[in-house]
Amino acid sequence: MFKTILKPFSKFFELQAKTHYRVERHSMALTFGIILAAGVGGFVEIAPLFTIDDTVEIDPDMRLYTPLEQAGRDIYIREGCYACHSQMIRTLRDEVERYGPYSLAVESQNDHPMLWGSKRTGPDLARVGEKYSDDWQVRHLVDPRALVPESVMPHYAFLLDAQLETDSLPDRLWALRMVGVPYTDAMIENAGVDAVGQARPESDWADGVLDRYGQETAVRTFDGRTDLVTEMDALVAYLQILGHLTDLPQQIQPQAEE
Amino acid sequence: MSVKDRDPLTGHQTTGHEWNGITELNTRVPRVVWFFIIVTHLWAVVVWILLPSWPLVTTYTKGILGLDQREEVAKKVVAANTDRAAWGDRIKSMSADEILENPELMARVNDTGHQLFGDNCAGCHGAQATGGQGFPNLIDGSWLWGGDTETVMETLRVGINSPHPDTRWAQMPAFGRDGLLPRGDVRMVVDYVQSLSGTEAPADRIAAGAEIFANNCTSCHSNDGTGNVDAGAPNLRDDFWIYGGDDEAMFRTIWAGRQGWMPAWEDRLTETERKIIAVYLQHARQDTVK
Repeated sequence: MFKTILKPFSKFFELQAKTHYRVERHSMALTFGIILAAGVGGFVEIAPLFTIDDTVEIDPDMRLYTPLEQAGRDIYIREGCYACHSQMIRTLRDEVERYGPYSLAVESQNDHPMLWGSKRTGPDLARVGEKYSDDWQVRHLVDPRALVPESVMPHYAFLLDAQLETDSLPDRLWALRMVGVPYTDAMIENAGVDAVGQARPESDWADGVLDRYGQETAVRTFDGRTDLVTEMDALVAYLQILGHLTDLPQQIQPQAEE
Repeated sequence: MSVKDRDPLTGHQTTGHEWNGITELNTRVPRVVWFFIIVTHLWAVVVWILLPSWPLVTTYTKGILGLDQREEVAKKVVAANTDRAAWGDRIKSMSADEILENPELMARVNDTGHQLFGDNCAGCHGAQATGGQGFPNLIDGSWLWGGDTETVMETLRVGINSPHPDTRWAQMPAFGRDGLLPRGDVRMVVDYVQSLSGTEAPADRIAAGAEIFANNCTSCHSNDGTGNVDAGAPNLRDDFWIYGGDDEAMFRTIWAGRQGWMPAWEDRLTETERKIIAVYLQHARQDTVK
């Protein structure tokens, strides 16, 4: 049956067989053909970047990650959280109803690298900030199944005993500034003490965090341990800011009001 | 052997390569493969015309259907809200008792409420709403801030000790750690409070504990220890303990204080959704009591 259907195309097949065979035997023609084919793929991938100024929304009040949150972000990457959790709410009704307004490009403009992901063994975390208490986050990271019996998440209890390394934070913020995150000199210089100050609300360093990163910044003892600023502090601080860097998504999207 | 030669058995041309007398056939790609390649390419052209596709340096082809993901999802959300409004508006305007007596609305409440509770509340309060260490049981009827639907809805809206500006606020002070009471006094208060819910302890320790309790604790927990729902102070005479009623847990509570945190749901859940959860819980409680 295929033969009958394909009959009208037989000339084309003859032509293809001949030209392909001929091109295959001429190195320059083959090289040119390969460059042409690869060029289409390259163009399709690169061209959207030319439109980046138009497609990324602008929010002048966009908040930066504090050093503690950035350190938490690095721990999130180090522990491979992105392998099971996405941070990208897609433009689909079920996702918008479950997780909140769909993600905008501007929300990731200070993310290097971005952690959108597509694998969801666990839920999406793009708007998980302030959805649960610090205490819940800590206990859930220490033993997920104590709170959610059906969970398959590994436990991260060791974060509660690991002192946060803050010496490299100025360099890490400096590197981020190199790729376009607008950290000021004062932010970079004070990154280490700001990280500690954000987890120590009663210390003298806490005020500096509020001055540099805004009065809305959450300054709390995230992990409940007052003797040590731990990696748990950093990770929970990061989780609690997710989805709260800008309120643009809530402004430009219709609320699911009934 | 040259390129033009044909294999005598199959009739196909050869590649012209020869290894020790063995030549390689240049068999053509089967036509059925070509058929599907052509069909998929034609389909791609159709899609290019209909949908947004090709980047044009500073813009892109919009497609003649004029589809836009963001508009699509906005339309779908609005359509879903309109569908739900048929019963959602009735839930919003009716009182909790009226809803509980209406089997049609209760079917909606139990269906939607189960989903909403599972996604938003079960993380802390458990899938059966029975709570856990540090997270209140919502079925047992012992409510810190009051359990009627209006109050539960308000608690859902603003949270407890949350970053919401109108949040409910309560804190159990750290009597021991902050030096308000010495260690021995804390132990005697533990004995006294346990005696309120029927645990045995020596009479002299209870009497001493009662005096310390009267001087330090009654402004929130009231004179007889029944608590105060306006201040979120728990009733100490019942048998419900959020952080545990044994010696160690109670000593820890009085020594180092407690401050729970219930997130505020105003930005995440609509008023109707919060009401559905409140009525859903009330219904779950009635089921348990029966």
